[in-house]
Amino acid sequence: MSKLLEIEKLSISFTQYFKGLEQRELKVLSDLTMDVNDHEILAVLGSSGSGKSLLAHAILGILPSNANVGGSIRYKGKEMDDELKEELRGDKISFIPQSVNNLNPLMKVKDQAIGLVKDEADKEKLSKKQREIFNQYNLSEKVDDMYPFQLSGGMARKVLISTALLNDPEIIIADEPTPGLDEAAVEETINNLIELKENGIGMILITHDIYTAINTSDRIAILYLGYVIEITDTKNFSGTGEKLLHPYTRSLYKALPETDFELTEGHQPSYLHIPKGCPYHENCPRQVRECHYEIPELRELNGTVIRCFNPLVDGE
Amino acid sequence: MDVLKAENINFGYGSQKILKNVNFEMNNEQVIGLFGYSGSGKSTLCKILTGFIKDFDGNVTVNGQKHEKGFNPIQLIYQHPEKVMNPRWKMRDVMEESWMPGDDILDEFGIKKEWFKRYPSELSGGELQRFSILRALNPKTKFIIADEISTMLDAVTQVQIWDSLLTVARKNNVGVLVVSHDKNLLNRICDKIVYLADITD
Repeated sequence: MSKLLEIEKLSISFTQYFKGLEQRELKVLSDLTMDVNDHEILAVLGSSGSGKSLLAHAILGILPSNANVGGSIRYKGKEMDDELKEELRGDKISFIPQSVNNLNPLMKVKDQAIGLVKDEADKEKLSKKQREIFNQYNLSEKVDDMYPFQLSGGMARKVLISTALLNDPEIIIADEPTPGLDEAAVEETINNLIELKENGIGMILITHDIYTAINTSDRIAILYLGYVIEITDTKNFSGTGEKLLHPYTRSLYKALPETDFELTEGHQPSYLHIPKGCPYHENCPRQVRECHYEIPELRELNGTVIRCFNPLVDGE
Repeated sequence: MDVLKAENINFGYGSQKILKNVNFEMNNEQVIGLFGYSGSGKSTLCKILTGFIKDFDGNVTVNGQKHEKGFNPIQLIYQHPEKVMNPRWKMRDVMEESWMPGDDILDEFGIKKEWFKRYPSELSGGELQRFSILRALNPKTKFIIADEISTMLDAVTQVQIWDSLLTVARKNNVGVLVVSHDKNLLNRICDKIVYLADITD
C-alpha cells in the first residue's frame, strides 16, 4: 500500500460582501488533514453544508476564483500546483459528481462520457472502451443515445461512475454518490465502489450518509465546523461505539436511529460563529481548561487520529 | 379531537398521473410516518395536504371543514429552511411573520435571543430548521406535515430537532405526519407507519 494523496491543513474561505460594502470572511474549511492509499476508501463524513464538496473541488483545482485556499495537497509526494491539478484531473484523478445535474442536458450520454477527442483513432479506441465499461454496469447500447432526462436516478448514477472509469484513474473522488436512490440502487452503488477499491483504486468518498460510509469505507474522517476531528477505522463504528474516541464522534454514533437515538445537548453553530479554541468545546461534556483557548492539534492515539485534549478512553 | 382527512385525492401533470385515489386519515394525538420510494409522490401529497397545490381532485378537511382562507391549520415544514425565509429579514421578523413563542418554548428548542438579530445566512442549517419548525407550531396549527425535515442534518442535530418538535406537538395536541425515506427514523419516532403504496390505488 502506498500513499496516493496527502492533504495537509487544507483551508478554504470566501470573502463575501454582506450588507452594502461590509465584508465578511466565511471560513468553510479550517484544517483538513487526511491521506488516502491505493486499495482504500476513505470516507469524509460531515453534515450538509459543511463544505465537503469544496474538498473535492480543491483537489481537482476547480474552486471558484474568489476562494482563499491554504495548506497543501500532494499527489504521490509531489505538491499539486494548478498545473499538476489540471494535468491529473480527468486522467489519474477522476470525479464522480453528486447528481445528474452535472451531466450536459443537451448531449447524448455516450458523447459526454467520451468527451471531446480530436483524433479519430483515439476516438475509436475510447468508444470501444466506453462500451465495455457500460456493459459492465448493464447499460445497454440504447443508453448511449439517450439524453440525461431519459435516465432514471440509478442509471444516471451508473453513467456517472462509468464515465469516471473511462480513463483508468488511480484516484476517484466520489461526492455523495447515494442520496436520492432507492434501497436496491444504494446497495448496487456500494458494491460498485467496493469493487473499484478491490481493483486498486484509492477513493475519497464524500458523504453525509453514515450508512454508506460504514458499508463501503476502510477509514472514516469526521468533520466538525471545518476541522477534521477524528480519523478512525471504520470497524470502530460498531457495538456501543466504545472505540470512538472523540466526544462528538461518539455522540454522532449514538444518535443514529439504528443505534440508540440518544439526545446530546448543544447545537452546532454556523461557520460565521466558530468558537475560539476547540470548535466543539461549547457542546463538549469533557471540556478542560485549554479547550477554551487552544485548538488541539491532530495526534495519534491507539491507531486513531484525533483532535482532542481530553478524549474518551477506549472501552469507556 | 381534531381529525385530518384526505379523501379520493387524484393529481397529475397532464397525462402523467402522480397520485391515484389517495385516502388517508389521522388525528391530532398521533405521530404517523409516511414512507414511500423516491418519485412516488410523497412531497406532492404534502403540498396538497397543506394547500400549496390547489388544482387537485378530492377533499382535504380538518374536522370536516375545507380550508378556505386565513391561517391554514395544516402547516408544512420543508427539507431546506433557507428556502422558506426572506434572506433580507432578520430572524425576529422571520419568526414574527407567524407568531412569537414564549421563553419556555424557545428554551425547549435551544433558540438563543441573540439569534433574533441575525439574518438567515448567519445561522447554521440546524439553527434555521429550529426556527422553521417553531414558525409552523403557531397556536392555531392543528397538524404538521414534516417533509424530510432532518435529512440534511447530522445525526446529533436530528435527534435534538425531533425531540423538541415532538415534545411541543404532544403538549399542544398537534398531530404530526413524518415523511421520510429513513425507515429506522420512522420506527424511532412514530406511533404507526403508513406506506404510500397502501393508501393509493
